[in-house]
Amino acid sequence: MAADGLTYTIVDTANMSTAEIYGKVLCDLAEKHKEIVGLSADLAKSTKMGQFAATFPDRFFNAGIAEQNMFGMAAGLAKAGLTPFVSTFAVFASLRAAEQVRTDICYQKLNVKIIATHAGTSFGQAGTTHHCTEDLAVMRSFANMVVIAPADGIETANAVMAAYEHKGPVYIRINRGFDPFLYEKSDYGFQIGKAVQLKDGTDITIIACGAAAYNAYHAAGILEKEDKLSVRVINMHTIKPIDEEAILKAVMETRRIVTFEDHNIVGGLGSAVAEVIVKSGKGCAFETVGIPDQYAIIGLPEDLQNYYGFDQNKIIEKVRQIMGKDFEQTEDWEDEV
Amino acid sequence: MPLTQQEIQQFTAKACQLRKDAIDTVYWAGGGHIGGSLSFTEIMILLYYKYARIDPKNPGWDDRDRIVVSKGHAGVGYAPILADKGYFPKELLKEFNHTGSILGMHLDGNKVPGVDVSTGSLGHGLPITVGLGIGARLQGKSWLTYCVLGDGECDEGSVWEAAMAAAHYKVTNIITIVDRNRMMIDGPTEEVMRLEPFADKWKAFGWIVKEVDGHDFNQLADAIEYTQKEDKAPVVIIAHTIKGKCVDFMEDKYEWHYGGLDSEKVELAKACIEKHYCEL
Ligand SMILES: Cc1ncc(C[n+]2csc(CCOP(=O)(O)OP(=O)(O)O)c2C)c(N)n1
Repeated sequence: MAADGLTYTIVDTANMSTAEIYGKVLCDLAEKHKEIVGLSADLAKSTKMGQFAATFPDRFFNAGIAEQNMFGMAAGLAKAGLTPFVSTFAVFASLRAAEQVRTDICYQKLNVKIIATHAGTSFGQAGTTHHCTEDLAVMRSFANMVVIAPADGIETANAVMAAYEHKGPVYIRINRGFDPFLYEKSDYGFQIGKAVQLKDGTDITIIACGAAAYNAYHAAGILEKEDKLSVRVINMHTIKPIDEEAILKAVMETRRIVTFEDHNIVGGLGSAVAEVIVKSGKGCAFETVGIPDQYAIIGLPEDLQNYYGFDQNKIIEKVRQIMGKDFEQTEDWEDEV
Repeated sequence: MPLTQQEIQQFTAKACQLRKDAIDTVYWAGGGHIGGSLSFTEIMILLYYKYARIDPKNPGWDDRDRIVVSKGHAGVGYAPILADKGYFPKELLKEFNHTGSILGMHLDGNKVPGVDVSTGSLGHGLPITVGLGIGARLQGKSWLTYCVLGDGECDEGSVWEAAMAAAHYKVTNIITIVDRNRMMIDGPTEEVMRLEPFADKWKAFGWIVKEVDGHDFNQLADAIEYTQKEDKAPVVIIAHTIKGKCVDFMEDKYEWHYGGLDSEKVELAKACIEKHYCEL
C-alpha cells in the first residue's frame, strides 16, 4: 500500500500521459494536504500542473517565463512552511535554474519537489534546446537531493507520493507524452533508493531507468526465449541514493552489467553504477549505453531510442554483443579485491 | 513613408505566401508553434527582404548583418523564410521535425544555413545580441545585429540584465524588436505575469522606445530606419501584433501557441489567409 492509502492501476490511468498521471496524483495529494502549493513557469498546461492550478487556483503560482525566480519563490514558500511542487521542462529545471535549485533549495535542505517533464530525448523533435540529457548528472551532484527517473506512469504516481512523504528536496524526471506501462498496479513496493528487480537472471544484468526500463524488460524476455540467456533486469528508478546492494549482488551473481538510459553517458545512471562497482574493488564486464557525449539528433522519441541504442532491438543486440565477448568466467574473483 | 508602393505590394504578397508556408510546415511537421509564427511575419519580412545585409549564397559572410530570432520556438514561421531566401531547398520543409532532418522545432545554427544563433530557450537572444553589438564595435565593423524577442520572453530576468548592459555600454548598433502579441502559453501576458507598463520599463532601463503596429510595413520600416541612425541609446521597437494573425480561428487565441493541423484545417487556415489578403 502506497503512502496515504492511494493506489493507482492501469485501469484508472488508461489513456493518460505520464504527466497527466502526475497531475492527477498531485491533485489527490493536495486534496488531503493543504500545505501543498504548485508553481510553473508558463508551462502549467504542458507539464499538467494545470490540473492542480484549475482545482486549487489559490494555491497555484505562475511565475511567467522566469524559472530562476520560480525556484527562488519555491525556496521561500518552503521556508515559510509550505510544500511546493514545481514543474517545468527538465532542461530549464536542471540547467536554467540550477544554482537556485542547488543553493536556495538543496543547500538549505528545503522541502521542494521538482517534477520535471520532457526529460531526456522525449521531446525529440524540439532539438537540443529542449532535449535534457544532463539533468541526472547535474541533480545527482547536488548534496541532499533525491533523484528519481520513473519507468512509466504508474511508477511516476509512486514516485510523486514518495516524494511527498520524503522530507527534503526531490527531483523527478518524466517523459513527454505516453510511456508504455511496465506496471499494472502501483502496489509493487516502490521505495526511494530501492531498485526493483523486474526479472532474475544469472548470465548478465541489465540496469535501466526511465523509458529504457520497459524496453530492457521486454528485450530480456526475447533473449531468454531465443538465445536461452538468463538475463537479470533491474529498474533503477532512484539514481540517488542508488541501491548499492542490488548492484553489488549483480556483480557477484552475473558478472556482466550493462546500463541503459536516456541521458548522456557522462554522469547519469551508468556513471552512478560504475562508481559503486569501482568502489567495491570487484570487477565485472561493464558497459554503459546512452547518448554518447554529444547533442542528440532531431527526431521522434522512438527513433532516437533506436538511434542511441536503448530501444528493445538495440538492447537485444548489445546484450548479444557483450555475451559474445571473450570474458573470463573461471577466474577466482575473490582474489582480486 | 520609407517604403515605395511597389515594395509594399511585394512585401504584402510575400506575407501572404509565407503565412501559408508556415501553415503547410505545421502540417508536415505534425505540429508547431503557429501562433507566434504568424504574428512576426511583417517584422521578419522587413529584416530578410529589406534591411539586413545578408547573402544567402554565402551564409557565413563575415560582414553580414546578424539576425537573432530569440523567440526560437517560431521555427515553422522562420524556416519557410530561410527557404524562400534560398538558404536551403524549399523541399526540406516537408521533412521538418522528421528524424534525422536538419530542421527541428527550434532551428539549430549548426545545421541550418542562415541561422546565426541557435535559440529556443527563451531569454538568451538579447544577451547574445548585446555581445555581438559590442564585438562588432570593438573591431570597427559596420554590421548590425537584429534581435526579435517574444513578449512573454521578456519575463526572463536575463532580458533585463541584457537591457541594462546595452544601455550601460551604449550599444546602439543593435535593432531590438519585441513581438508584442500579448499572448504566451498559459494565457495572456497580462494575466500570467503582468508586463505593463512595458514601454516604461524599457525607458527606465535607459532605452528609447518606439511603439508601432507590427503588421504595418511602413510603421515598422520607419522605426527600423530610426533605430539604425540613433546613436545616443539603444532603441527597442515594441511591435503590437496579433498572435495567429490572418487565421480567424487562431487570432488572439493563446490556445494556438502550439498546435497541429489536419488537412482540412490546413485548407481552412489557408483560405482565411487568402481571404484576408483579397480584402485588403
Ligand atoms: C527558458 C524557457 N522557458 C520556457 C520555454 C517554453 N516556451 C516556449 S514558447 C513559450 C511562450 C513564449 O511566449 P512569447 O515569448 O510571448 O512568444 P510568442 O507569443 O511570440 O510565440 C514558452 C514558455 C522556453 N522555450 N524557454
